[in-house]
Amino acid sequence: MRSMAWKVTVTVVVFAVLAVGAVILVINLLGSPPTVEYTADSSGQVNVTLQAVGNYGSGSHPSWVSYLVQAPNGQWVHTTLFQLPQHVRVNVTIYQYDSGSPLRNQQLGQVTGTYGNVATLNGKAYRVLNANVGNGAAHTFSMPSIGLNVPLYGNNGNANLCGAAPCTTTSPHNVIRFSFTSPGAGRYRWQCFVPCGGGYLYGNGGPMSTLGYMGGFMQVVA
Amino acid sequence: MSDPQATGPEEVAGGDDSRHWWRLIAIWVVLSAILDPLFYFLAGPHIPPGTMTNTAAGAQFDFNVLFVIALPVLLGVWIYMIYAFVMWRASRGGPDPVGGPAARGHFGIQLGWILITSVLVLFLAGFGTYELVQPGGAGGGEGSSPIWTPTSKTILPIQVIGQQWKFTYRYPTFGGFETNQLVIPDHTSIEFNVTSLDVIHSFWAYQLGVKADANPDYNNVAFTTPQQLGSFTVRCAELCGIWHGAMYNSGVVVTPQNFESWAKVTEARLAQNTKLLPPYALTYTPDANGADGGYYPSNDPYSKVEQYGAKQPKGGA
Repeated sequence: MRSMAWKVTVTVVVFAVLAVGAVILVINLLGSPPTVEYTADSSGQVNVTLQAVGNYGSGSHPSWVSYLVQAPNGQWVHTTLFQLPQHVRVNVTIYQYDSGSPLRNQQLGQVTGTYGNVATLNGKAYRVLNANVGNGAAHTFSMPSIGLNVPLYGNNGNANLCGAAPCTTTSPHNVIRFSFTSPGAGRYRWQCFVPCGGGYLYGNGGPMSTLGYMGGFMQVVA
Repeated sequence: MSDPQATGPEEVAGGDDSRHWWRLIAIWVVLSAILDPLFYFLAGPHIPPGTMTNTAAGAQFDFNVLFVIALPVLLGVWIYMIYAFVMWRASRGGPDPVGGPAARGHFGIQLGWILITSVLVLFLAGFGTYELVQPGGAGGGEGSSPIWTPTSKTILPIQVIGQQWKFTYRYPTFGGFETNQLVIPDHTSIEFNVTSLDVIHSFWAYQLGVKADANPDYNNVAFTTPQQLGSFTVRCAELCGIWHGAMYNSGVVVTPQNFESWAKVTEARLAQNTKLLPPYALTYTPDANGADGGYYPSNDPYSKVEQYGAKQPKGGA
């Protein structure tokens, strides 16, 4: 009987250790990138600045395409999580350093959900981006739950594009600006709708399916 | 004082069996006669998915009918169980419980059991089959060549396009514009042409009672007819990747006049982009404009760079 109790005890301990190890592994795998917190300025507006790069250039996935968020102190943070107040005007500036291609669905070439359904590309207003001509669309900044979609014009793929983030404006880039009103408090998913996970089937794996690269959340607080 | 050991098995088990049977049947009939109508008329109208469309109302009706049939069966089991606990339980200090007389060989019980269960199952098979095909396929995807169609001659076609990770909707009878909004007119037969431009999704318009898989290169047709104004939820019901859980939006049923107005305004508003979309087709193949959604050429030995309309990306997209 003592030997049976001993076997049961050992079995339970081994299973417990394995279970705890699995939990720790999952927690580590699900580790979340940092959140950049924005507050409204004196005019009650929030200014959000992002950049999109073709290669992050370092870390565990140096070849992955990625977004970065600029913290209020000017530092670029490798994350796709940011927080801002509810019901304020949000002015977004995106420095776009990547090349482009045709959109899988040109419906995403339409600017929606911004003030006037318009955005500016290097200072020039546009409502539609024809991704079948020119440099095409590099990425989109889309938040489906609030109907926000802004296609981002690509750079010339033959140019000497930035190869490692954070990129600076000395590299070829486009500047896209738009504004929208932040919704009520909650967590809003945003993502790029260009399947830019190169090397992954349908282009929607890898960076497209990993927080901190091409999709994230906008946390809106009261 | 009688000697418990001297009592026969029949007396221990309850004495006059027919008295118990009639009592059980009376309780069962009374409870079923009370609870079935109570459920059907009080709870039934609130059973999901509601009655926003004829297909949703059909699903609600089917559930209620099945419940009304199942409830007496459930009551029969529970009543017998509770009655047995109360009437035939072993009492402290009493005789050990013994089995009752064998029921096998009772022609009436066997015939009744076979007849009742056969009638129930055959009725449910017939009822279920009939309800599945009407009205117009009961809101389910019928494939590319549906045989159960609405009787209405005027049908509004709407293409539902699933993509990782959202749905868009194309209105071919209004210039083929494509939008994030699903707006449909009341009391009008709707033909959803459901497809996907990447992986398998599933278009589940919950309150409409419509659910159809969205497969790439395939047109899956589902019909419904709204009969109430209001909003409804659309969800993807097929695990389709990391953001599957966030693949939902809402639609709205409006009056035909408001729908006409919305469609014309939206057609005009999106005209610039509609010109750039591929011609309307029952499947939405991204190859039409080059971005076929497969591996990028630099990673795919079977893809030619020339297949893409624009020059190839150096880094990412």
